[in-house]
Amino acid sequence: MSLPAPDARDRGGPQQPLLIARDLRKHFAVKGAKGAKGRPKGRKMVQAVDGVSFAVRKGETLGVVGESGCGKSTLARLLLHLIVPDAGVLVFDGDEVAAPRGIAVAALRRQVQMVFQDSYSSLNPRMPVRDSVAFGPYVQGQPKSAARRVAQDMLAQVGLDPGLFGPRYPHELSGGQKQRVNIARALAMGPRMVVLDEPVSALDKSIEAQVLNLLLDLKQRLGLTYLFISHDLSVVRFIADRVLVMYLGRVVEIGPSDMLFARPLHPYTQALLASRPSMDPARRIEEPPIVGDPPNPIDPPPGCRFHTRCPYAEAVCSARDPALTAAEGWDAHAAACHIHDPASGHSLASRLAA
Amino acid sequence: MSAATGSPDLAIAPQALDTQAVPATQVRSYWQSVLYRLRHDPVTLAFAAIVLAIILTAIFAPEVAPFDPYRDSIIGRLKPFGWRNHLLGTDDLGRDMLSRLIYGGRIALLMGIVPVVIASAIGGTLGVVGGFAGGWINTAIMRTMDVFYAFPSVLLAVAIAGAMGGGILNGMLALTLVFIPPICRIAETATSQVRSLDFIEAARASGAGPLTIIRHHVLGNVLAPVFIYASSLVSVSMLLASGLSFLGLGVRPPTPDWGLMLSTLRQAIWVQPAVCAMPGVAIFITSVCFNLVSDGLRAAMDVRL
Repeated sequence: MSLPAPDARDRGGPQQPLLIARDLRKHFAVKGAKGAKGRPKGRKMVQAVDGVSFAVRKGETLGVVGESGCGKSTLARLLLHLIVPDAGVLVFDGDEVAAPRGIAVAALRRQVQMVFQDSYSSLNPRMPVRDSVAFGPYVQGQPKSAARRVAQDMLAQVGLDPGLFGPRYPHELSGGQKQRVNIARALAMGPRMVVLDEPVSALDKSIEAQVLNLLLDLKQRLGLTYLFISHDLSVVRFIADRVLVMYLGRVVEIGPSDMLFARPLHPYTQALLASRPSMDPARRIEEPPIVGDPPNPIDPPPGCRFHTRCPYAEAVCSARDPALTAAEGWDAHAAACHIHDPASGHSLASRLAA
Repeated sequence: MSAATGSPDLAIAPQALDTQAVPATQVRSYWQSVLYRLRHDPVTLAFAAIVLAIILTAIFAPEVAPFDPYRDSIIGRLKPFGWRNHLLGTDDLGRDMLSRLIYGGRIALLMGIVPVVIASAIGGTLGVVGGFAGGWINTAIMRTMDVFYAFPSVLLAVAIAGAMGGGILNGMLALTLVFIPPICRIAETATSQVRSLDFIEAARASGAGPLTIIRHHVLGNVLAPVFIYASSLVSVSMLLASGLSFLGLGVRPPTPDWGLMLSTLRQAIWVQPAVCAMPGVAIFITSVCFNLVSDGLRAAMDVRL
C-alpha cells in the first residue's frame, strides 16, 4: 500500500497508527428498567461497546462488520467523542484524546469526520446543501464567503456541479446525491480520517458502486484514512485493507481483508461468511449457518458471548472469556476464540496446536 | 448538462452519472418558494386581502368611520340598517353601529395579536431550550406547562383576568399566559424531533456549540410549525378576549369592543336582531379569515409536500 504525500499535521510519522482505541467501553442505562425503588444501583445497562481495542494505520481502510445492534454505530460515535466513552483510551496520531497533555476533542473533530448512514436525516431539510457543507468551515472561524468557496470546491470534488446543486434543498436530491453531499460536508473540514457509518447501505446497488468508487478516489487524492462500517461483507471486502469483526460489543476477529475472507478463524466470522449468498448455485446452502438472534446485550451471556449460538461451544466457552490474542504487526490475524488458544482446554484447540 | 463539465479538476466523470437524475429546475430559496406557493393559492390570497382590509380599517378608524363612535342620541336608539345614514343602524344608546364596529376592531386586533406574539416568543424559547437540552431541564419546563395546560383555556383566562381585575392590559396578560403552554409544547416537540436527527450530530462533529446549532439548524425547523400554530391562535385569542369583555373582565364601557357590544346588546336582541348580531358577525368574519389564512400558510410553508 502506498502512503499518501506527507501531511503537515502528521506528528508521529508513518509508523505511528493514526488512531488507537484501547479498551473502549460504553454502557447505556436502559430507560424504565430501574432497580427496586428506582435507585440507579439496580439499573440495567446495555453493553453497547464493551472493551474494544484496535489501531488504524495511516492511509488504510479498516472495515468494521457485524450484525445490527453489535455496537458498530456506537463505536463510530465514540471515536469522534460524539458519545463520551465510559472508559478506555483514544490516541490520535500519538496524542491521547481529551487528556490533559493530549489532543482536545475540538481539535480531534477537525481531523476526524464522519459520514452518516441515513442521507435523509443527516442533512438539514431547511438548508441549501451548499450551506450544509459550508457550515463546518464557518463554525471553525472562516468568514462566510471563504466557507462557501470551500463548499463549492468540495461539491465539485464529490462530482456535483456546485452551481447546479449547491442552492438545492435535500428533498430535491436523490439518495446518491445526498450521500455525496454528506461526504462533501465531512471533507470540508479537511479531515485526515473519515469514519463512514454504513455510507452506502441505503443506496441502490448501481449508485452504491459509484459512491464506493468516489470514496476510493477521494482517499487517494486527499490522502485519507477510512474506518468503514458496514454489514455488507462484499462491500467491506471491496473497500477494506483490514477487517474487524464485532459481535455484541466486542471484537471477535481482526486481520487483513484477504486473509480474513480466505480463512476466517472465529466461528462467528465463519458463519457470517457462510451466510453470504454464493454466486455458484451448486454451493448454495440450505441451512442457515447460525440460528436465532444475538443474545440481549442488556444481559450478555457469560464467557464467550458467542457460545449460545456457536456450533463448537464447550464448557470452557461459557466459563471463561477468550482474549483476542495480542495482535502484533499490521499483518497479524487474530480471533478471540478458545479454539485458537492452545492453553484454553477446548478439545479442538489441542488438535489445532498439534 | 453533465455536472462534470463545469469543473475542470474532476477526474471522476463516470461516477458523476447519478448527478443527472434530477433535471435542472429553477432554484429558489425557502421563503421564495413559500411566496411562490402563496401567490398561486387564490383562496388564501382572497382571505388575506380581507384580513388586510380589516387591519387597515382598524388602523385608519378615525378616517374611515362615518360617525363619532361615542356620540349618543336619545331618539336614535336601536334603529334598523340605513336609518338616517347609519349604515348598520344604531345601538341601545343611539351610537352609530358601523363606527363602533370599526373602532372595536382596534381592540379586537390588539387583543388577538399581541398576546400571541408575546406568548410565541416566551413559549417558543422555553420549548426550544427544553427540547434541545432534554433531561431534567426539559422535564421541569414541560411539567410546569402541563399544570397550566390542565385547565380549559377559557377558564384559565377568566381566572387570571378575574384575579388581576379587568382592563385591556390585564386581559392581554391573561391571554398571554394561556397561550404560552401550547406554543411551548409545539416548539418542544419540533425541537426534540430535530435534535435526534443526524445533521445535528454532524454539526456537533464539526465543532459547533449548542447555541450555534440552535441558531443555524434548529430554529429554521421550529419556526414554521410555531408560526403556523400561532397564526391559528390569533382568532382564538380574539374570541377569548371578546369572551372576557362579555363577562366584564376585559374592556370597560364606553370603549367600543366587539365582545362588550355583544354583551350589552343581547338584551335588545328581540328589538333589533340584525343590528344586535353585528358584533358577532364581525368576530366571526375576522376569526374565519385569520383561520383560513393560517391554513394557507401551513400548506405553503410545508416543504416536504
